[in-house]
Amino acid sequence: MASIELAGISRSFGDVKAVADLSVSVADGEFLVLLGPSGAGKTTTLRLIAGLERPDAGRIRMDGRDITDSLPASRDCAFVFQQYSLYPHLSVFDNLAFPLRSPLRRSEPAEVKRRVEEVAAMLHIEGKLARRATELSGGEMQRVAIGRALVRRPRVFLMDEPLSSLDAQLREELRVELRRLQRSTGATVIYVTHDHVEATTMADRIGILERGVLQQVGTPLEVYGDPHTLPVAQRLGSPAINVLPAEWFDGRAPVGTTHVAIRPEDVRLSPDGEAPGFQVIECSLVKHQLVAERQGVEVHARVMLDEPLAPGSQARFGFPAEHCLFFDAAGRRIGMP
Amino acid sequence: MAEIRIEKLHKRFSDFVAVRDSTLTLEDGRFVVLLGPSGCGKTTTLRMLAGLEFPTSGSITLAGQDVTYLRPRERDIAMVFQLFALYPHLGVRGNLEFPLRNEGLKRAEIDRRVADAASILRIEHLLGSRVGGLSGGDRQRVALGRAIVRQPQAFLMDEPLGTLDAEFRELMCVELRKLHERLKTTTVFVTHDQNEAMALADHIVVMNQGEILQADEPGAIYNFPSCMFVARFIGRPPMNFVPIAGAVRAGDASVSLAGAMVDVPRIEADAATAVLGVRPEHVSVGVEGGGMPAEVRHVEYFGSHWVADLATAAGVLKAVIDKAQRPVPGDRVVIGFHTDRLVLFDTASEQLLPSATTRLHLEAKRHGQH
Repeated sequence: MASIELAGISRSFGDVKAVADLSVSVADGEFLVLLGPSGAGKTTTLRLIAGLERPDAGRIRMDGRDITDSLPASRDCAFVFQQYSLYPHLSVFDNLAFPLRSPLRRSEPAEVKRRVEEVAAMLHIEGKLARRATELSGGEMQRVAIGRALVRRPRVFLMDEPLSSLDAQLREELRVELRRLQRSTGATVIYVTHDHVEATTMADRIGILERGVLQQVGTPLEVYGDPHTLPVAQRLGSPAINVLPAEWFDGRAPVGTTHVAIRPEDVRLSPDGEAPGFQVIECSLVKHQLVAERQGVEVHARVMLDEPLAPGSQARFGFPAEHCLFFDAAGRRIGMP
Repeated sequence: MAEIRIEKLHKRFSDFVAVRDSTLTLEDGRFVVLLGPSGCGKTTTLRMLAGLEFPTSGSITLAGQDVTYLRPRERDIAMVFQLFALYPHLGVRGNLEFPLRNEGLKRAEIDRRVADAASILRIEHLLGSRVGGLSGGDRQRVALGRAIVRQPQAFLMDEPLGTLDAEFRELMCVELRKLHERLKTTTVFVTHDQNEAMALADHIVVMNQGEILQADEPGAIYNFPSCMFVARFIGRPPMNFVPIAGAVRAGDASVSLAGAMVDVPRIEADAATAVLGVRPEHVSVGVEGGGMPAEVRHVEYFGSHWVADLATAAGVLKAVIDKAQRPVPGDRVVIGFHTDRLVLFDTASEQLLPSATTRLHLEAKRHGQH
C-alpha cells in the first residue's frame, strides 16, 4: 500500500474549474472520504489520482515519488465505480480472475485460483464463483466489482460512489463490510460519495468539497462537531443542521453573527413557558424527529418522546448556547482561527 | 369528506389470497397509511377502495353509502399514482384544469377551483408557466394540485413518492403532511417505507400476507407492536430480541437474560418461552453500576449519535448511544434498559405478551374511543 499527496492540484474544463488548488495528504492505510454534492469535483479528483486526467497545475506524489506525469498503468490504482461493470459472459470466478490474467500481470493459474478464492471468501461470495455474473443480485455484483479491485492488491483504491446504486439495507451491510476489509488489509482508500452517512461511518478523515474547493479536512468527529464554514456544517447530518436568524439570539450571539446553526440533537424540547413557541408540522417517533415552525423558519429536533406531538400543536424549543455555532455573512464560523 | 368502512373484505386471485377478511374503519379526515412488504395486500386493498378491483366478498362503504361494486368514476375518490406525471405539452394551468374538463363544470367554477388549489399549494405565481422549466418541488406541487382540484371525498395514493430520491422524498413528506393539515381530506396512502408511514400517518395499518396485523396510531405501533413481525418492520436499527431464560409467569416483574435479572413491566400472562423486545434507543450504556456486563464490538458514527454492537452473555445487542459518549470497540460497559419501554413476546406465537404497560395503553385507547 502507499501514501498519496496532492499538492496544489487544479483542473479546468473550459470555463469550469472542476478542481481548484487542492492539497491533501492521504497516509498509507488511511480511509479518506471525499464528500460533496454532484459537480463538486470529487470524481475529477479521483481521475487525476488514477492518471485518467492530467492536472493543469500542481503535483501528485505516491510514497513521496512524483507520479504527475506517469501513465495510469504504472500508478497501480484500482478503480471501483458506482455502476458495476462486470463481463456478463464470464463466470464470477473469471470476472475476479480477469485482472490477474492481464498481459501486464499474468499470474500462475494456481496463484490466480488462490487469490480469487481468498477474495471471494472475504466478500462472502465463495458459493457463487461458478455463476454467470448476470445471475447475481445487485449487491452480489457490486461485491464482485469490489473483489476485482481487491485481487490485484493495488497500492491505492479509488472508489467512486460504489454503494450508491444499491438499496438501503445492502448499502448498510456493504458499508460495514468494506470498512472491515479495509482495516484487515491495511488498504489506502480514497472514497468519493455524496452520502454523509457513508462519510461519518467509514472515514478515518473526511474532506469536504464544494465547487472544486476543499473546504475542510478532519476526522468525522472534528468535521461534524467543529465545522469551519456554514456549507461544511450543512453537508453533514440528517436532518441537516438548523440555520436560525441571528435576531432570535439577541444579545447572546457574538458581534457580526448573521446565522446561528444548531444540530437537531442539540435542540432541547423545553417545558419552560418563556421559551419561544413553535407550531408542530411533523413528529416521527421512529426517526426521533420533531419538525416545527416559527416565523416561516422550520426547526428540526432529534428527540426521544413517549408519545408523538400532534401536528398543529405547540412545542417550546430551547437552543443551549454551548451547542450554537455562529456564522458571519460570508458563512465563516466566528471565533475560528 | 368521509369515513371509509371496510367490512370482512376478502380478495382471491385464483389460489392466492391477496386480502384476508379485513375489517377496518378509516375515520373522516384521517391520514391513514397502509404499510407492509411487497405482496402484503396493501395495494390490492387500495385498488378495491378505488373500484379498480372488486372484492371476492365483503363490503366497502364511503360516507355511509355502499360503494363495493361501484365503478371508479361513480365514487367520489381521487386516485394519485406517481405524483410526478405531468402533461409536458400543457402549462401549469392546463395541467390543473385537466381533471375538471370532463366534469361538465362551468368556466367560472373551473377557474375558482384552480385558483383555490394554486393558493393552497402556494403556486399562484406559476399558473402561467410551462411545466418544463419547473423545479422538482414545484412539479410535485402541480401534480398534487391536479388531485385536489377535484375536491374528492378521499385521496388514495399508491407509493406516490417511490421514484424520488431520498432527500426529495423527505421534503415531499413534509409538503404532503402540510397539505393534509389544510384540507383534512381523508387520505389512504400505500407504502413499504416505514419512514414515510411514520412521518405522514395519523393511523398506520401494518399488513403482511393479506392480513392486517395492527391498526393504530404511529406511537402505539412503535411502543406496543402487536407481534414480532411488526416490531421488526418498524424502527431502524431494528428492535433487539433477547431470549429469556426459562418460562415467564403472570405476575413476574423481572426476567432472566442469561443469568442477569432485568426488571420488566409486570407480565400478565404465562408463556413457556418468551423473548424480550428492546429497541436500540432504549438501551442505556454506562461504565459502572448494576446491569448486564457487555463489550463494545463495533461502532458506527452518525454524527448525531453512535450505533454500537454490544456483546453480552445473552447475545449481541444494538444500542443507540448519545454523541457525547464516544464508545470505542473493546470498551467494557454495563447495559441498562428503560424498564417501561420493554415489551415481551411469546416465542411460540410471536405475539405481544400482555403486561401492565400494554394494558394501560389498551385502556387509554378504549377510553379515547368512547
